[in-house]
Amino acid sequence: MSDAPRPAIEIEEELSGDMGSKRMIVNFGPQHPATHGTLRNIIEIDGEVVKKITPEIGYLHSGFEKQSEYRTYNQIVTITDRMNYLSPLCNNVGFALAVEELMGIKVTPRCAGIRVILYELSRIADHILSVGLQAMDLGAFSVMLWTFIERERLYDIFEAVTGARLTTSYTRVGGLFRDVPSDFESMVRAFMVKCDKTIGEIDEILSSNDIFVKRTRGVGRISAEDAISFGLTGPLLRACGVARDLRKDKPCLGYENYQFDLVTEAEGDVYARYRVRMREMRESLKIVDQALKALPAGPINVDDPRISLPAKDEDNKPAGGMEGLIFHFKNYMYGHGISPPKGEVYSSTEAPNGELGFYIISDGTQRPFRMRVRPPSFYNYQSFPRMCEGSMLSDIVANMASLNIIAGELDR
Amino acid sequence: MSIAERAVEQVKALFPDQVLSAEVSAGQPFVCVKREKSKDILTYLRHDEELSFDVCIDITSADYLNQGAPERFAVVYNLLSLKNNGYFRVKVFVPEDDPTIESVAELWKCAPWAEREVFDLMGIEFKNHPDLRRILLPDYYTGHPMRKDYPLRGMGERDNFPRYVGEENA
Amino acid sequence: MGVESWLPEGLLTTQLSKVVNWARKNSLWPMPFGTACCAIELMATLSSRYDLARFGAEVIRFSPRQSDLMIVSGRISLKMMPVLLKIWEQMPEPKWCISQGACASCGGIFDNYAMIQGVDRFMPVDVYIPGCPPRPESIIDAIMKIQEMVDKEPLKRA
Repeated sequence: MSDAPRPAIEIEEELSGDMGSKRMIVNFGPQHPATHGTLRNIIEIDGEVVKKITPEIGYLHSGFEKQSEYRTYNQIVTITDRMNYLSPLCNNVGFALAVEELMGIKVTPRCAGIRVILYELSRIADHILSVGLQAMDLGAFSVMLWTFIERERLYDIFEAVTGARLTTSYTRVGGLFRDVPSDFESMVRAFMVKCDKTIGEIDEILSSNDIFVKRTRGVGRISAEDAISFGLTGPLLRACGVARDLRKDKPCLGYENYQFDLVTEAEGDVYARYRVRMREMRESLKIVDQALKALPAGPINVDDPRISLPAKDEDNKPAGGMEGLIFHFKNYMYGHGISPPKGEVYSSTEAPNGELGFYIISDGTQRPFRMRVRPPSFYNYQSFPRMCEGSMLSDIVANMASLNIIAGELDR
Repeated sequence: MSIAERAVEQVKALFPDQVLSAEVSAGQPFVCVKREKSKDILTYLRHDEELSFDVCIDITSADYLNQGAPERFAVVYNLLSLKNNGYFRVKVFVPEDDPTIESVAELWKCAPWAEREVFDLMGIEFKNHPDLRRILLPDYYTGHPMRKDYPLRGMGERDNFPRYVGEENA
Repeated sequence: MGVESWLPEGLLTTQLSKVVNWARKNSLWPMPFGTACCAIELMATLSSRYDLARFGAEVIRFSPRQSDLMIVSGRISLKMMPVLLKIWEQMPEPKWCISQGACASCGGIFDNYAMIQGVDRFMPVDVYIPGCPPRPESIIDAIMKIQEMVDKEPLKRA
């Protein structure tokens, strides 16, 4: 490779020639209100029609994977929060499940139930904000404010349960940080009622609105074949008619016991993705309802002192006397702690954006040898040029909002 | 028999001299191969009627410096078959003195960016790639951070920017 | 006593700098340079519950030419630093800068090859907000501190 940095795109000579031609190169990002996060698109347009888009990413590359090699498994949970920062609990649960699969641990039923409830609430948080930002980009600013009110209600619940609004770091390998408070069920049920009403209001205002429909129907269409080849997953794939949902195809945490529909639409355009997200939010509310009813009592951490911290007694000392104290130390001392056996695992869950996968190689020590995150936004964004070929300049904005690219996940 | 076990069998049967080992970890079978015919193996897995791994979920890499692995670098392909609803992993070992491998951009449309990332962070070049350049780090960056001998805190790139002194003082 | 007693009703005398600073501090137009999770908390501050518009920050134009307060919210990576410097240079004087969150102030939890360890290494920062991410109340507190700073500004910036 030559030493000099290559330009991002090779500018063709013909562009600088004819003054009467309307071909030009426009830069869209990385600092722009309509790019959700730090993305850059170099767009070649001919009048209003887009000829070629070259996306450029990496403006938020934070070295997550290298950093994870220097952290213990429970410390990495804090790093996973910062990837998809709209639904951090989904990342936490996904990571904990990957390590548990590597170690062969099965969590307690109560832990599984709580994880499912929080996962689905995070999914609602992500989808509702995505719909809100999509509406804001197309001009409906009030919808974004309504969705933020719902997110604030969810933040109240997350804060009561995990201690933080956004960066929750709630799961641990083999269990959770702490049990839910006693009024958890009433808080969640109160939220569900209001959320249902808000989803209905957004539906009423957007789904049959002439302007919204005209700007989204037929825009950014991608065929099912292309979607599969590009590795699209999540609402984007289901909007093309492919019935793939990891909650049905590879269920974990007891998802097989809950009744919900797999939502698909046929067209594969921006409007179809919007419909998929709206319908998925209603399915998530159904799952939360069933999970709340079925939530059993019991411990939340696996009963293995090498993995979970011992419980504390009334004096806030580790229970179990001297042995409890030793186990407590051994969980944290340098050189001791959770050490999965040598091996590797690829484990994935159905995050709001698609298939969030964790590929972990362990060498038997407390720090992973290689921690790879398979980010759904990365593969979703790669199909963006294909979706925008030949469309108008303003369709790019509608399209980008429908992809729900989270820069933290895209660049890691 | 799961699709992954079937795939291991077929790969061992059709490319016996290329397979270094077939292992199972956390209940997931995978196969480690040499890099000479890596593209042929992946083409077979992609186009076979029964196996039909039509989705490439992830392409990544690992650096086995001083770990006793067959070669230093490994390019890992995680594949998914929608028809059979199963995953499979192929690990291709790439030597340190010639870190190049054939690109699979023609097989799956999701490969170009994933391979660019492997090139950017690990330094493995992909032959016949449509557009091989850095994706996550700036163009002027030298070095490949995910290698085990690269320091976590970098080699001074993060301190190397001009300081803003204000228009009146410039 | 003084001049006021000789003037007709409804007239006040004051210093020009006080009026100018009063106008400036109550109409700070932020330039949200949002990159990561802190940007979501900034958006929450701008929304209905923790309404930032009541501090005069109604206009969130993402144009640096029309703003006077830059809020760097989120981690800044190697590729983004030149962009940040360019946008900061494009803002007209007088301008202030808030560095929101641990990552913008000092690198946060990301002490690695790709992250700038605090934007104040390369550009001047007026107020730092700790937190990961800081609560909206902290952001409002920072805006109020900036207002105090604006109040004390002389008319001609030295």
